[in-house]
Amino acid sequence: MNLTLRVWRQDTADAGGHLVTYPATDLSPDMSFLEMLDVVNERLNDDGKEPIAFDSDCREGICGMCSLMINGQPHGPMKGTATCQLHMRTFSDGDTIVIEPWRARAFPVVRDLVVDRSAFDRVIEAGGFISVSTGGVPDANEILIPKDTADTSMDAASCIGCGACVAACPNASAMLFTAAKVTHLGVLPQGKLERHRRALRLVAQMDLEGFGACTNYGECHAACPKEIPLDTIARLNRDYLLASVSSQEI
Amino acid sequence: MEFDAKIPDGPLADKWQRYQFDMKLVNPANKRKHKVIVVGSGLAGASAAATMAELGYRVQCLCFQDSSRRAHSIAAQGGINAAKNYQNDGDSVYRLFYDTIKGGDFRGREANTYRLAEISVSIIDQCVAQGVPFAREYGGLLDNRSFGGAQVSRTFYARGQTGQQLLLGAYQALARQVGRGAVEMFPRTEMLDVIVIDGRARGVVVRDLVTGAVRSHLGDAVVLATGGYSNVFYLSTNAVGCNVTATWRAHKRGAAFANPCYTQIHPTCIPVEGDYQSKLTLMSESLRNDGRVWVPAAQGDSRPSAEIPESERDYYLERKYPSFGNLAPRDISSRAAKEVTDEGRGVGNNGLGVYLDFADAIARLGSDTIEERYGNLFEMYNRITDEDPYSVPMRIFPAPHYTMGGLWVDYNLMSTLPGLHVIGEANFSDHGANRLGASALMQGLADGYFIIPSTIGDYLARTPLEPIATDHPVVQEAEADVGRRTERLLDVNGTRSADSFHRELGRLMWDKCGMARNDAGLREALKRIPEIREEFWRNLRVPGSAASFNQSLEKAGRVADFLEFAELMCRDALERTESCGGHFREEYQTAEGEATRDDEHFAHVAAWEYSGADSDPVRRIEPLAFENVDLAVRSYK
Repeated sequence: MNLTLRVWRQDTADAGGHLVTYPATDLSPDMSFLEMLDVVNERLNDDGKEPIAFDSDCREGICGMCSLMINGQPHGPMKGTATCQLHMRTFSDGDTIVIEPWRARAFPVVRDLVVDRSAFDRVIEAGGFISVSTGGVPDANEILIPKDTADTSMDAASCIGCGACVAACPNASAMLFTAAKVTHLGVLPQGKLERHRRALRLVAQMDLEGFGACTNYGECHAACPKEIPLDTIARLNRDYLLASVSSQEI
Repeated sequence: MEFDAKIPDGPLADKWQRYQFDMKLVNPANKRKHKVIVVGSGLAGASAAATMAELGYRVQCLCFQDSSRRAHSIAAQGGINAAKNYQNDGDSVYRLFYDTIKGGDFRGREANTYRLAEISVSIIDQCVAQGVPFAREYGGLLDNRSFGGAQVSRTFYARGQTGQQLLLGAYQALARQVGRGAVEMFPRTEMLDVIVIDGRARGVVVRDLVTGAVRSHLGDAVVLATGGYSNVFYLSTNAVGCNVTATWRAHKRGAAFANPCYTQIHPTCIPVEGDYQSKLTLMSESLRNDGRVWVPAAQGDSRPSAEIPESERDYYLERKYPSFGNLAPRDISSRAAKEVTDEGRGVGNNGLGVYLDFADAIARLGSDTIEERYGNLFEMYNRITDEDPYSVPMRIFPAPHYTMGGLWVDYNLMSTLPGLHVIGEANFSDHGANRLGASALMQGLADGYFIIPSTIGDYLARTPLEPIATDHPVVQEAEADVGRRTERLLDVNGTRSADSFHRELGRLMWDKCGMARNDAGLREALKRIPEIREEFWRNLRVPGSAASFNQSLEKAGRVADFLEFAELMCRDALERTESCGGHFREEYQTAEGEATRDDEHFAHVAAWEYSGADSDPVRRIEPLAFENVDLAVRSYK
């Protein structure tokens, strides 16, 4: 198949960027989207031009390193799928595809399609953990956890931290990412003790990083490659509210 | 010279406790005076960095990904073993130890393996306390399954994403320490050399992948947790960024490389489709609990699977290994798949595949149950191949997955370069010549949470170290050296991309040093590799500059190291004239095609020492003493 790509090129964080058109010809529909970009890059390399910079690592949808706004949709058109698992058979011969980086104030562009998502790490560093050190913990089976609680926790814990939720949100809010962590840990007996403190600290850090507020568009959930449930946000709001009225120190 | 593994005296079951009592401790008030550099942030690296910081050491941790949460441990699907015996099915520390030693084809070190089995129990407790959402029974207790050729149910799991959940646990523990300022984290930072002063590892030279700046991180000890080298085959189940650079650079600075020929080829991966392919995707081995592996009985039978009657199918694993059947260990299943495809009975477009068929399981259990067990895997398969495994059998084929070889370490996990410690997949440690399923996560976390935080204290307490600064001439020279090598890659200015060389090397290694090896093939590879390397340095093209975010340059540096490392791997495979575990030499097999070990001549670890670019590496050995187990023929029939 043959395509036309319009790709965002930007040399450094401070430089201006623009869309550049590249023909992408003789592609196999069985290629993944990133393999298609590999082929385009190999040809650029052959012409002595600098390849398009983009992030990827595991290429099996779990590490969260790949990103890409594809025709205005984070991770492209396929529901519940990260870019690395999107295949070219989803597109039609002759299509024009616009590829841009995540757009959010908290995710500055590093180069071309690569952005800096370290704001997510700082949100977790603020309290996205259970405060236990190695050693001195009880036997694993001393903490009984109902199966449905473990399942709720696991649904939220599946978040891969890719940032599609932020890219999809008109406010560039990180609520779904933050709520997923608050839910993963907060529903478990081990994580309940710090539930309120965690909600306050994570939200404070999220604001500090320049993420926007949540106004319930739900675009985050629609774009999420792991389909993190939207009700996690309700849980975060509840924890945050309770913590605020009980005026716990953070 | 033989290597001293520094194994503590005493009975097997007492060694680790005895060691912990005998080791020197660092006074709590003095711990903050010591700085440890951890390279890599996967299960081993993140858990080590977090735990050492909890103890009071100052830690710097670096990784090449954009966040410490991305490391490839995250992709492990199946589970983690622990000798909890929660299922009351006869498991014990000793049984897990024995299974691991036997699974490794009696090429692992008894004391290390026993310690691993012993610590496995604490790992699960630790992970649960951190909030890892392992699968549960309705009564609230932890669920287990049997996995990868084990006859007891000792595998803990979190859906098909166990690695992800364990890594997030370690990542969060690390984030907690970063938050309180005890760990400094450096993402998008690649280690390119080790700094050795007065014979001890004192730091690393790195390149900042965003700005291209070369700088050093100095400290009292270095811990490498940089993973395995499966990407020497180009196509593997590893992430595309996984590389051998850190361990290879350390090797060239004096750390011996042990058993590089021990590579694991995983039997259940999605087959290769085209030349453009950038990686191979693993389908969890747990699928073999319900799927049946078969190929057509006749050569060249190209009918669709549904048209091949039962009587004309060969369920070859069930036929050859009746007691383990479809659950035969990884090396054995992979080799059996190679055998049937070599006979021209493979399936798929290029004949490089075998069926994994769920029709019987669906008939027996219903497709709902199958969906509950494997839904996410079936979906992933469907997404990649556009085929529906509920109605047609999956096609699978073996792919490089894990490397048992790695830098040689003693019982303290220290390499032959004093001060340089190596943990996780990067060391050669506990798996012998073949790793059992669900044991990699166990080893990474045992090393990181429990072993290195103890043993590094002993090293620091016993070793007087002078303070050093970045203006030290050795540091300056190492930095200049890294800068020069980077410039050299850019200056070749030929016509071929680094990827094209990597693909060429990968194909060669897969053909000559893959699932089966022989003398002639290995000699041919040893002749070809220097030729490819020569062309690489003559005809490589890396666009862009050193002082920028340059992914072509990153790749080129990694491929350059693979091109040197590959030769050592083939050399090791050539010298080991026996078949054991993941190393199968065609000359050494029984009439039925089973591997034949040579315990008389090869019950040892081969550790290679670097002796300069122009002379051959030196093969030294560590004899393996088996005081507790009998060296049995590993039979799964």
